[in-house]
Amino acid sequence: MSEGQSLKRTPLYDRHREAGAKIVDFAGWEMPVQYAGVIEEHRAVRTAAGLFDVSHMGEVRVRGAGAQAFLQRLTPNDVGKLVPGRAHYSGLLTDRATYVDDILIYRLAADDFLVVVNASNAGRDFEWIAAHAAGGEGGEVAGDVEVIDESDRYALLALQGPQALETLAPLVSRDVSGLKYYGFAEGAVAGVPALISRTGYTGEDGFELYLPPEDAPEVWRRLVEAGAVPAGLGARDTLRLEAAMALYGHEIDDTTTPFEAGLNWVVKLDKGEFLGRDALAAQKASGIPRKLVGFEVQGRGIARQGHPVVSEGGIVGAVTSGTWSPTFEKALGLAYVPPEMAAPGTPLAIEVRGKALPAVVVETPFYKRSR
Amino acid sequence: MYPRDYLYSREHEWLRIEDDLCVLGITEFAQQELGEVVFVELPEIGQVFDTNDELGTIESVKAVAEVFTPVAGEVVEINDAVVDDPELLNEDPHGDGWLIKIRFSSADDLKSMMKAEEYEEFVQSGEA
Repeated sequence: MSEGQSLKRTPLYDRHREAGAKIVDFAGWEMPVQYAGVIEEHRAVRTAAGLFDVSHMGEVRVRGAGAQAFLQRLTPNDVGKLVPGRAHYSGLLTDRATYVDDILIYRLAADDFLVVVNASNAGRDFEWIAAHAAGGEGGEVAGDVEVIDESDRYALLALQGPQALETLAPLVSRDVSGLKYYGFAEGAVAGVPALISRTGYTGEDGFELYLPPEDAPEVWRRLVEAGAVPAGLGARDTLRLEAAMALYGHEIDDTTTPFEAGLNWVVKLDKGEFLGRDALAAQKASGIPRKLVGFEVQGRGIARQGHPVVSEGGIVGAVTSGTWSPTFEKALGLAYVPPEMAAPGTPLAIEVRGKALPAVVVETPFYKRSR
Repeated sequence: MYPRDYLYSREHEWLRIEDDLCVLGITEFAQQELGEVVFVELPEIGQVFDTNDELGTIESVKAVAEVFTPVAGEVVEINDAVVDDPELLNEDPHGDGWLIKIRFSSADDLKSMMKAEEYEEFVQSGEA
């Protein structure tokens, strides 16, 4: 970012400052990376309830009589099976089946969808969706589709943890205990109209609340008062990594496909034509050149993004994310390796500052909550 | 906050002189920037370093930091306690969280270091 270009702030910025957060530049936003400390916040989410400000995420509204057909052709998951009141995880793929971004699609009504995208890609994603809807790039015939950037219309709070439900329930105008994972409903939280979604990025039960920006600070205050612990992007990263959830710019980017990233379940090859389908069908036939695996470090140290995986002196792969895990109290991470090295139990050597750090391939997710 | 009898570097190390030895650690500012420390890697006793050589690394959950020695010399003692219990670095960076003792070869190396008041100004200036 060039100097003089100002960073964006979410409506919760003053709350973060008051709470003593350390603020960092994340994708052009001034975001809280931690309050009390990453480990403490991480443990609060695993054992009680944590509250994240993720208002920097982007939202794109796609609606009109042609909206379902358009999203079917633009994304790999089956929008036809998505009923109103449900969301699903999907992606925006190039014709090479590599990622423009990973996304959530909410079906608000039969011809009305909300696409939620990463902050770092929000501008590019909106242009990508709008250009395809206009029938430009890619040449889709979209029919009646309206694409609107609604990022400024929503603040987004994520309440996550085993006590998320009991923290939220007393403040909500409706029963949310019956909401299924990836289900959502409209309701009022602390008197504020919200889209309440049973989703998250931590591996825990929890809710994401889409709120009018001007009312979000009050909802934040009420949730903290009810016992939710403010948690920053640092803990969000360690939590999602323990749950082995992909992060754009790490596990997935414009060089990786869903099959390589182990996200086969978002790809519905038999649903009909969609952008990237031919490349995916070809990769399914030929096999993937590399595979995303989980690893645990066995020596002392932490393997982090970019560290090479080495074998017999040559580089055979790379770490996409690595951290010290507060839950398991050891270093773990995700890496791309050749498929023949992907079986759990396979020893790996990861080069960290000139030294080979021993690691071993393990099953993912590292963390799975008990239900 | 910053002990008056220590010397400080722009890389956020501190030194405490004990005759021809100096004790070396990282500053309160450095530990705050790093956050919760989970690994400390220190050199072997007997290793010899030139001025500004990297002598070890400190890893927190989010970041890794190299530690440099502002003075040339030989490592005569390392703090095993901080290797076993890296939280000491967060809890007491100027005391129990010390890293190594080094027998320095030239007092000239000390001339470029800051006194406590200068270091405080340095970290408050936002240049750090």
